[in-house]
Amino acid sequence: MSEPLKGVVVSHAGLAQSLVAAAESISGVTDALVPVSNEGCDGGSLQARIGGAIGAGPAVVFVDLPGGSCLTGAVRIARGQGRGVTVVTGVNLAMLLDFVFHRDATPAEAAERAREAGGRAIRVAPA
Amino acid sequence: MSVAAVRVDDRLIHGQVVVGWGQPLGLGFIALVDDGVRASDWEQDLYRMGVPPGIEAIFASLDEAARRYAEWERDPRVGLVLTGDIDTVGALAARVPSLHRVILGGLHHRPGRVERLRYVYLTEEEIAKLRALVAHGVEVSAQDVPTARAVPLAEFAR
Repeated sequence: MSEPLKGVVVSHAGLAQSLVAAAESISGVTDALVPVSNEGCDGGSLQARIGGAIGAGPAVVFVDLPGGSCLTGAVRIARGQGRGVTVVTGVNLAMLLDFVFHRDATPAEAAERAREAGGRAIRVAPA
Repeated sequence: MSVAAVRVDDRLIHGQVVVGWGQPLGLGFIALVDDGVRASDWEQDLYRMGVPPGIEAIFASLDEAARRYAEWERDPRVGLVLTGDIDTVGALAARVPSLHRVILGGLHHRPGRVERLRYVYLTEEEIAKLRALVAHGVEVSAQDVPTARAVPLAEFAR
């Protein structure tokens, strides 16, 4: 069996660290997610951080916003690694919790599953 | 309305630009002046993803920006001109006499650079280029978001 996918969470400020800590606390899975902050980075150094967190891959990179430095850095890395890395935007806790238990898929399959799980979690609660 | 600000930010179009400046200024366009991005369709697509409806992303080379700056100034929408480095904004200022003010919004750590402000790292050579801009009549300050104080070059580049 191939190695399970790694998830790399890339965000502004400390959001990634907090999301990963929350996902680990809830799921009990502590070897699936790596947080990366863009704090203090220019484009090149952020790419280096993301690349270091991904390692040899394969991986899914979860980014906070659908635009900006985190996405730009992640996509540049993903393009350099071919099919081994897929990027998903709009990361939330629900998609990370789903991901940590479904890491046997391809990066593209896992990314699509994460997108669906994250989207399903966005609701207006009944009053 | 014209060009509300000329910003130098090595992250180019990102959250602080689109939200931090875009919302309070009511930006109608962002002109990104970068030869590399101008030549890359996929990079333009990537930066466009971060720009909300209602703000046009314009991608220009340095030459195109020098030619189109007057047109941007006449544009009825509020605009922000963005470059990723000091060389580009210096070259633009040299060719656009009406460019009187430059804001450093984010220049981050690289080998050789020293922290001047939390979000501004500069080499001595870059400071010399900025001083040359000031001597040329351009006001240079640092300001990451509109709610922060604009810090004049002389305060952080002694």
